Amino acid sequence: MNAIHRLALSVSLALPLLAHAGEVEVLHWWTSGGEKRAADTLQKLVEQKGHTWKDFAVAGGGGEAAMTVLKTRAVSGNPPSAAQIKGPDIQEWGELGLLANLDDTAKAERWDEMLPEQVRKIMQYDGSYVAVPVNVHRVNWLWINPEVFEKAGATPPKTLDEFFAAADKLKAAGFIPVAHGGQPWQDGTVFEGFVLSILGPDDYHKAFVELDNDTLTGDKMVQAFTALKKLRDYIDADAAGREWNRATGMVIDGKAGMQIMGDWAKSEFTAANKVAGEDYQCLPFPGTQGSFAFNIDSLAMFKLSNDDNRKAQEDLARTVLEPEFQTFFNQNKGSIPVRQDQDMSEFDACAQQSMIDFKEAAKGSGLQPSLTHGMAASSYVQGAVFDVVTNFFNDPKADPQKAAKQLAAAIQAVQ
Amino acid sequence: MSSIALQARPAKASPLDALQRWLPKLVLAPSMLIVLVGFYAYIGWTFLLSFTNSRFMPSYKWAGLQQYERLWDNDRWWVASQNLLVFGGMFIAISLLIGVVLAVLLDQRIRREGLIRTIYLYPMALSMIVTGTAWQWLLNPGLGLDKLLRDWGWEGFRFDWLVDPDRVIYCLVIAAVWQASGFVMALFLAGLRSVDQSIIRAAQVDGASLPTIYLRIVLPSLRPVFFSALMILAHIAIKSFDLVAAMTAGGPGYSSDLPAMFMYAHTFTRGQMGLGAASAMLMLGAVMAIIVPYLYSELRNKRHV
Repeated sequence: MNAIHRLALSVSLALPLLAHAGEVEVLHWWTSGGEKRAADTLQKLVEQKGHTWKDFAVAGGGGEAAMTVLKTRAVSGNPPSAAQIKGPDIQEWGELGLLANLDDTAKAERWDEMLPEQVRKIMQYDGSYVAVPVNVHRVNWLWINPEVFEKAGATPPKTLDEFFAAADKLKAAGFIPVAHGGQPWQDGTVFEGFVLSILGPDDYHKAFVELDNDTLTGDKMVQAFTALKKLRDYIDADAAGREWNRATGMVIDGKAGMQIMGDWAKSEFTAANKVAGEDYQCLPFPGTQGSFAFNIDSLAMFKLSNDDNRKAQEDLARTVLEPEFQTFFNQNKGSIPVRQDQDMSEFDACAQQSMIDFKEAAKGSGLQPSLTHGMAASSYVQGAVFDVVTNFFNDPKADPQKAAKQLAAAIQAVQ
Repeated sequence: MSSIALQARPAKASPLDALQRWLPKLVLAPSMLIVLVGFYAYIGWTFLLSFTNSRFMPSYKWAGLQQYERLWDNDRWWVASQNLLVFGGMFIAISLLIGVVLAVLLDQRIRREGLIRTIYLYPMALSMIVTGTAWQWLLNPGLGLDKLLRDWGWEGFRFDWLVDPDRVIYCLVIAAVWQASGFVMALFLAGLRSVDQSIIRAAQVDGASLPTIYLRIVLPSLRPVFFSALMILAHIAIKSFDLVAAMTAGGPGYSSDLPAMFMYAHTFTRGQMGLGAASAMLMLGAVMAIIVPYLYSELRNKRHV
């Protein structure tokens, strides 16, 4: 009896002490190798600030599974503190009135000065910060195996013509010119590269952000489809269904000469102990040198009722943008820090180049959201584009003219 | 008995009798409730959602038949529906054929029947995900059968159906048939064993050959088995999701998409819940079109017997 009494006393005394520290629950799908390490760092940093971290990792399906869980939690009025939500989806959640206002933290930490305008817009709903960006991926990269290029006598391409000329040489030398995985999002990534290259960033914006009908059916869009069709001749017959990292593996092994993929491909090269600039080269996708198609991971913050938890949530938001976390996370993920004032000396050549291009592109119109990675338009527009592009790419008889019309019609139909 | 007794002496009904009367209903109530809510209520909700413009989350803004119109104009939906016809038709027909032939052959009192039967039945124990993944490896041109035969010297051999948009659906049929035909065999074998041996002997005495006996006498008497096999295979075909997800993920392009895949993609990943709900209703309609006439004929037959 006495023991219970003492226990109750100590608990009641301890409670007010504990109550100062809040709890953050973070829903994410950073579950594979380097990503997991990156998430663990965030946990450590938040715990150093005296809060408890409740991990809510839902693996699988590029976040599809996680989103289903999140919807259930949000509908039942019990959302986590933060969730990995990105792009226009943030607006959808904001519209439901579920997201917290981070303006105070943003002002104190001077986010406005740190983040480029294009990034700020995505993180804000109705003019207020509701999410915090974690990293910046560049999608329009071309990965090259220099040894294969040398053997085939090809030169790294800067324009689309040079790209196809190099592909011809690689093919003649018996290599697979372009390593590709035939999955809708990979087809989309390649198509997006061609669109950015042929239409240029301004018309890219018109087509994929403003969804302008004339641009979508215009001559240049037809050219982009024609280029995509031409690419069919330079990929191997077994590409269907291949995962992107297996395609990267083909470049690493020297079976294929190049791959069109975002900078997450770098993590595969790093894992194979290859050095950027020596064992492999990263070039902007031919014809998109001044442009930067971005894919930004972000954590959206949900409205909470508990004050301590809200405090913890603010600390989490602050931590995410601290240089220490930005460096560690992005080195593990292949992306670059979202802070423009970040010291890049610890990063590799590709990341340094990416940062320079990012800052440069942010000044003009070169910084554009990636459609394929859910940054430019809602998931239904993205899905409609995938359907048209992947169907076109897999049909040898497909007509580029017709595909452009189908693209416009499909986008119209889902709006 | 007890009810008659109760009617005769209502005044003396003990609480236990009342309990006994209510017990079956009480025991059934939870499962009944689960079925009503979890099944029929959600069918109703899906039906309702299919008339709204729900996107990301359920909303109740009335949109009339708009989602059905969209579905009608959607190329991918038509590809998925046609695939279901091809896949379902071939899967059911081939599984039945192979199953019946295997059952008849096994019925010949051969040695080691138990072992062989187990071997044929084993695929059914695997989940479709495993079947799909294994067959994906086997049929992948750069990895499986194709590569093996070329490595063995057949240089010109090419079996690339898995990456051919026009033929990929047949790959699904191959995997599904491999999985299900053993099960059909077991059903028919049980049926064959229950056929009265004296009928067969009588036919033999009359000089009928073995094929004739099976085709004219034994198999026609297995009509109920045939129908149950058909029902089970048909619903496996319509709800097929895991096999496609594991084997092709609907690709190349969306050439091996099935309605169930379409429904999942639109409802849960693309934020077009209304369209997904409409496609789900059409799938339900397809299942009803098969089940209702069947149930009708079955129930009517029972009444006549």
